[in-house]
Amino acid sequence: MAQIKCADLTLAYEGHIVCEHLDFEIDKGDYVCIVGDNGSGKSTLMKALLSLKAPAKGSISFSDDLLSRDIGYLPQQSEAQKDFPASVEEVVISGCVSSLKNRFFMGKAERLEAMQNMKMMGIYHLAKESYRNLSGGQQQRVLLARALCAAKSVLILDEPVSGLDPKAAADMYGLIHHLNKHTGTTIIMVTHDIENSLRDASKVLKMGKNPEFFTSVEAYRKAFIDGGEAK
Amino acid sequence: MNILHVLGEYFSYQFVWFALIVGVLIALCSSLFGVVLVLKRFSFIGDGLSHVAFGALAIATVVGITDNMLIVLPVTVVCAILLLKTGQNTKIKGDAAIAMVSAGALALGYLIMSLFSSSGNIAGDVCSTLFGSFSIITLARYEVALCIVLSVVVIALFVLLYNRIFSVTFDESFARASGTNSSLYNLLIAVITAVIIVLAMNLVGSLLISALLIFPSLSAMRIARTFRTVVIFSAIISTVCAVLGIFAAILLSTPVGPTVVASDIIAFLICYVVGKIRA
Repeated sequence: MAQIKCADLTLAYEGHIVCEHLDFEIDKGDYVCIVGDNGSGKSTLMKALLSLKAPAKGSISFSDDLLSRDIGYLPQQSEAQKDFPASVEEVVISGCVSSLKNRFFMGKAERLEAMQNMKMMGIYHLAKESYRNLSGGQQQRVLLARALCAAKSVLILDEPVSGLDPKAAADMYGLIHHLNKHTGTTIIMVTHDIENSLRDASKVLKMGKNPEFFTSVEAYRKAFIDGGEAK
Repeated sequence: MNILHVLGEYFSYQFVWFALIVGVLIALCSSLFGVVLVLKRFSFIGDGLSHVAFGALAIATVVGITDNMLIVLPVTVVCAILLLKTGQNTKIKGDAAIAMVSAGALALGYLIMSLFSSSGNIAGDVCSTLFGSFSIITLARYEVALCIVLSVVVIALFVLLYNRIFSVTFDESFARASGTNSSLYNLLIAVITAVIIVLAMNLVGSLLISALLIFPSLSAMRIARTFRTVVIFSAIISTVCAVLGIFAAILLSTPVGPTVVASDIIAFLICYVVGKIRA
C-alpha cells in the first residue's frame, strides 16, 4: 500500500486555484522531486502534506503506520535565522520538542537522539559552535539533523540546495541520497535545481495548472528535457 | 563611606526596598522575554503596546477608578492579541498597524487627560506617566504583592516552556510542521509582554519600557553565542543595571526610569566593545 496517496487534489493559494486534479502515490523509500514554476503550487502542496493547510478539494491519505507527525521538514532558511544566536546542539535538539509530549525538559533520550543525528550529518564536532558562524552548507546540515530528530520515515525538503555553492550542494545531495538508500527514508524534495536533483530521484511531480506525475525519471526526461518544452 | 551612609539611610525606609524589589523583578522578566521579542522581530510590538498602556492609563485616571490596573491590564492584553493577529495577516502591513496604534494611543491619551483631568498639574502627570516618577517610586503593599506574583508566574512560564519557546522563536514553520501549536505560544508571548509592560510602567514610565525589553538582550547577543547563554547574560545584565540605576538615582537625585535606562545603555556599549575586541 502507498505511504502517501493524494486523490483529485485541488490546491488554492489566497483564494486562487493554482493546481487541479492532482493524483499521485508515494511508496516507502521513494525519492520524489517536485518541480514547476514559481506559483505553480509547490509550497502549497508541501504545506498540505505537512497538515499545515487543508487542500481546497480532494484528499491526502497516509498509510496506517505513518502518522502526520512522522514527517520531517527542512524549511527554507529565513533571514532572521542566519544570525540567530544558538549553538548547533541547541538547534538540533529543538527537533525533539514534539516528542516531549507533556514533559517540560529534554531528557537523556533526546540528547542521545540529537547526538546520533549530528554524527550522521557529520557536524558533531561543531556541536558547541554558534549556528550563525557556520557556512551555508553546514547550516543546512544542522537543519537536516534537526528534521531527523523530529521524524525519520518521511522527509520533506524545501529547496535544500538554494544558495549553496556547487561543492556544498553536492555534499547535501550525497547526504540525502545516503538517508534514502541506507535508512529507507522517503524523500520528497521541492527543487529548482532540476538537472542535479534528478540524478538520485525515482519519481517526478511536475506542478502547474495541469500537473503530471512521472513514475520514473526517464519518462520525465522524455516529456520535458529531450525535445520537450525545457531546452 | 559617605555614599554607603546615604544609601543606608534610604534603605531604612520600606518604600525604597519596595522600589528595589519591584525594579529587580521587572528587569528580570523583561530581559527574559526581551530576548524572544528581539529574535522574533517583535520589538516594535513592545513599543506599540507601551503607548497603548499610556492611553489606557489616561482613561483610567479620568474615569477615576481607584485601581488603574483594572483597566490598563485588560486593554493592553487585548491590544497585544490584536497587534499579533494583524502582524500575521499579510494583507495589512503589521508594522504600519503598530505605528498607527502606538501614535494614536499616545495622542488620544494626552488629549483625554488634558480635556478631563481634574488635576492642576497635567504636564507633570503626563511627564511621570511617560518617563516614570521623578523621584524614587512609592508603591502600595498590594502593588508590590501583585508584582511579585505576576513576576513569579512569568519567570516560571519561561523556564518551564523554555524548549518550546526556543523552537517557535528559532523556526516557527518547522515548529508547526512538527506538531507544536505555535499560534498558542505566540499568543502567550504577546500576553506576557503586555503584562510586563503594565508592570514596568510604574518603574520607568511607558515611553522607556522598550529599552528595558530590548537593551539587555541586545547587549547579551554581542557577547554570547548560544541561546542559553544569551538568556542568562541578558537576565544578569538587566538585573545589575536595575540595581545600579536605582542606587544612582537615589544618590544623584535623578528620575529612576531614565537612570536605569542610562545604565542599560552603558552596559550595551561595554558589551559592544567587548564583542568587537573578541571578534
